[in-house]
Amino acid sequence: MWFCHMRICMAETKLDLLQGTLDVMVLQTLATLGALHGYGIARRIEQVSAHEVLLNQGTIYASLVRLQQRGWIDAEWGTSDNNRKAKFYAITRAGRKQLAQDTAYWQRLASVMQRVLAMQAEGGKP
Amino acid sequence: MTSFLREALNRFRSFFHKQPLDHELDAEMAAHIEMAMEENSRRGMSPVEARRAAYVQFGGMEQARELHRDSRGLPWLDVLMQDLRFAFRTMRRDRGFTIIAVLILALGIGANIAVFSVVNTILLRPLPFRDPQQLVRIVEKDPKSGESSKTYTADATQDFQQQNRSFQSISGYFAFTGPDNYKLMGSGQPLPVTGILVAEKFFDTLGVQLAAGRLFRPEEFVKNAGPVTLVSYPFWKRQLGGNPDIVGRAINLNGKPVTVVGVLADTFDFGSIFSPGAKVDLFTPYIMDDFRDDGNDLALIGRLKRGVSLGQAQKEADELLPRLYFMHKHPEYGKGYTGQLTELKEYVSGKLRRSLIVLWCAVGLILLIVCVNLSNLLLARAAARSKEFAMRGALGAQRGRLVRQLLTESMVLSGSGAVLGLGLAYAVTSYLAHQGSIALPLLSSVRVDGTALAWTVLIGVGAAVLFGLAPGLRMSRADLQEALKDSGGHGASEGRKHDRLRSSLVITEVALACVLLVGAGLLLRSFLRVLDVDLGFEPSHAAAISVDYNDGRNAGKRAAIWQEVTRRAALIPGVDAAGITDNLPMSRNRSWGIKAKGGDYDGGKFQGVFVYIVSPGFFKAIGMRLTEGRDINWDDLFNNQNVVIVNETVARKLWPGQDPIGHIALVGGAEARVIGVIADVRETSAEENAGWQMYLPANKQFGPEGAELVVRSKLPPAALAGSVMSMLRHVNPGQPAMEFKPVQTLVDHATSPRRFFVLLVGGFAGLGLLLASLGIYGVISYSVTRQTQEIGIRMALGATQSQVLLGVIWKTLRLAFVGIGVGTAASIGVARLIASLLYGTAPNDPFTFAGMLVLLAIVALLAGYIPAYRASRIHPMIALRTN
Repeated sequence: MWFCHMRICMAETKLDLLQGTLDVMVLQTLATLGALHGYGIARRIEQVSAHEVLLNQGTIYASLVRLQQRGWIDAEWGTSDNNRKAKFYAITRAGRKQLAQDTAYWQRLASVMQRVLAMQAEGGKP
Repeated sequence: MTSFLREALNRFRSFFHKQPLDHELDAEMAAHIEMAMEENSRRGMSPVEARRAAYVQFGGMEQARELHRDSRGLPWLDVLMQDLRFAFRTMRRDRGFTIIAVLILALGIGANIAVFSVVNTILLRPLPFRDPQQLVRIVEKDPKSGESSKTYTADATQDFQQQNRSFQSISGYFAFTGPDNYKLMGSGQPLPVTGILVAEKFFDTLGVQLAAGRLFRPEEFVKNAGPVTLVSYPFWKRQLGGNPDIVGRAINLNGKPVTVVGVLADTFDFGSIFSPGAKVDLFTPYIMDDFRDDGNDLALIGRLKRGVSLGQAQKEADELLPRLYFMHKHPEYGKGYTGQLTELKEYVSGKLRRSLIVLWCAVGLILLIVCVNLSNLLLARAAARSKEFAMRGALGAQRGRLVRQLLTESMVLSGSGAVLGLGLAYAVTSYLAHQGSIALPLLSSVRVDGTALAWTVLIGVGAAVLFGLAPGLRMSRADLQEALKDSGGHGASEGRKHDRLRSSLVITEVALACVLLVGAGLLLRSFLRVLDVDLGFEPSHAAAISVDYNDGRNAGKRAAIWQEVTRRAALIPGVDAAGITDNLPMSRNRSWGIKAKGGDYDGGKFQGVFVYIVSPGFFKAIGMRLTEGRDINWDDLFNNQNVVIVNETVARKLWPGQDPIGHIALVGGAEARVIGVIADVRETSAEENAGWQMYLPANKQFGPEGAELVVRSKLPPAALAGSVMSMLRHVNPGQPAMEFKPVQTLVDHATSPRRFFVLLVGGFAGLGLLLASLGIYGVISYSVTRQTQEIGIRMALGATQSQVLLGVIWKTLRLAFVGIGVGTAASIGVARLIASLLYGTAPNDPFTFAGMLVLLAIVALLAGYIPAYRASRIHPMIALRTN
């Protein structure tokens, strides 16, 4: 799957790594919160990241359509809490599998990065 | 991986549902904004503030849409479609340019596809047989006199078949069949058809397929076997109505029923491989026992065993063939053959390789000239469009995107040209394939096939890149400010740079055209030399027809028939002379041995000599020149006088320094007295020097192989055909409807390959010249337009019209001369490469060079004169007012 991930990353140079990151965030949000519309997902990510991520909310839709085309999420028009028509997205089984893989990957990467950076800090001392 | 496939599929689907998807996204985004506004209001913002904040959080709506489209669809295809739409729009607007460009491209690409198809058919594609690389042709190593020395006797063939270990099988065909050697009877007038005798396993050796029925069986090659035949596919379609029930039934050949055992596949064209230009209708078994007493008459082919190389087979043949006897019955005739093994494909088309490669290069040059020309046209257009592109650059288009757009335009142009060219090539190839008069092998199977289509795509794309890239790069690099300034287009420096590029393109074009012209000129001069050759006979005003008769194998009766036919033919109004021969020059040939009685030329051995059995009056009818002695007379025929007329070559070789008249020659198993000497006749082709020839009276000793009545008359053959035919029918009611053919057609047939190449290369040279002149015209005309103001000022200051005229013409000539200079240098090299294709013309023939260069200069002058004239007519007032 990583291979495929890579390929898409390479095909669209504009967003680079951020795009893959956003996809994982969206999947994780949907996995924990259940069906949600685009605005809700965007707000949730902003809240969780404590506004550290500068997110143009509009870019979430490109991510959503991509995930949908890969069959990792489903979409359906429905009504929001305050009676507004909105498109609701939900994670699929394939999506959960993908999320598990991505989670493992990110955690591995994060721990490796941590170790590498820690080593540098140690080596910095004479 | 499934998700990847699913995505690809979905992207593809989205590409065709843009509108509904966009609508849905818009609805979704609208909902998003409203929800955001609601939340912002709840936090206490004013409605206006809430709205603004919602939009800020969202980011650009349009960017989000673009991103969405890129993620879900096929962005590259979108761009391509956009580029294509734009390209078509531009092309429609510039209709004149488009038509010219597409036409030029169609000519260039069409010519390339057509030539490629010919090259592919003759040179590249394997022969249409099973495992064709195993097939070899076996001929004597040093064939001195025509077919007879390229063939083998029945006995030698059989020995070779039995004793070799290299071949799966060896077979052959009877090499001395003339056209129309059978009469197909049974329905009205007897119809002349051509049948070839083939030895056992001939078709198995080649691996020929059947359309119906079966091949010959071994028992059909035994003496007195029931007569059978295999018919060719076209003959079956044409004469037998394509009826599959014909297999097993009999057709009437020469009055005898012959059973049709099968129909050969459509793909098998005997003539196109073994005898270019000939049509063969049917095949009958060559029964060895019927030919034991004859001389060499089998042309041999063989199929190598798997794993046996040509070299190994050659080695074996070199050991084996010298041991083989000429005839078992007559061991005293001696033994000793040689055999040169050549891959069949190489044998058939090897001689043409160089000509075809030259043709291919010539047509490649044409494409190059076309590209240079188009590059030039596009550059001229680039000047006109520079503002458009500068504007698009200013609006944010990237350079790569602009180049891509321009390349798309080139591709569209070249694609249209290729489609049109394909049509052109299709027409040309189907014309060539149905052309019987060009003696090139395999020509009948020329067609635009898959390989040619691939070639088309290749050269189409190649051409587009070639002619589109330079203008594309140049245009996309244009200086923004310079181009956008409204000062009549360009600053002086940019214009000059532009001019320099275009000038060098024109010089290239002229140089390429020069090479083509010189090459074509040399080939044309060679062709004229060939036409000018003294053939030893006069084909014009002579025509021939094969005569059918039944002499009951009686020489006296035959002489009487021949006399009657020639006498009656000479009486036809308008006929000046008539005579009969068994073989016409440049047609079928056979050879016997000759030696001077008591002579010691080459150790007193028999020498191969072309033999013609003739009637009195034949020489006069065909226009051969008796240089000494007398013609054959009827007494020689009726009273079996063994006399012979030899050609000058034989006279010179056998009786050097003597008068050959009265000497005795040993020919055809008899002693014959030399009664005359005839000027050498080119018997096989116009280009090869005459070999040894002799002419014998058709008497008891010297039997003819068929009879051709030759008639000399000032009237056109078509006008005589009726009376000649009715005369022949009067003598023999069974005379089939043979064609009364001008003898010139034989010569034309022999020279047709050269004619073919000259016509094509000449045509390409003409096209190159036209394109080069177009290029010159374009550049000069453009520079005149650009300098209108300058010229106006000069004229206002006192320059005369002729000064302006000469100035522009001088500029043209300068371009042309540089091009001609470069071209001449290149031509000298090229001419050396094609030296072996020339005839009687030196590769540095000064007349050809001078002629072609002058022609090129004149055309360049004409191309420059038109804009020069226009320049001289510029009115200073109007010119100065334009800006």
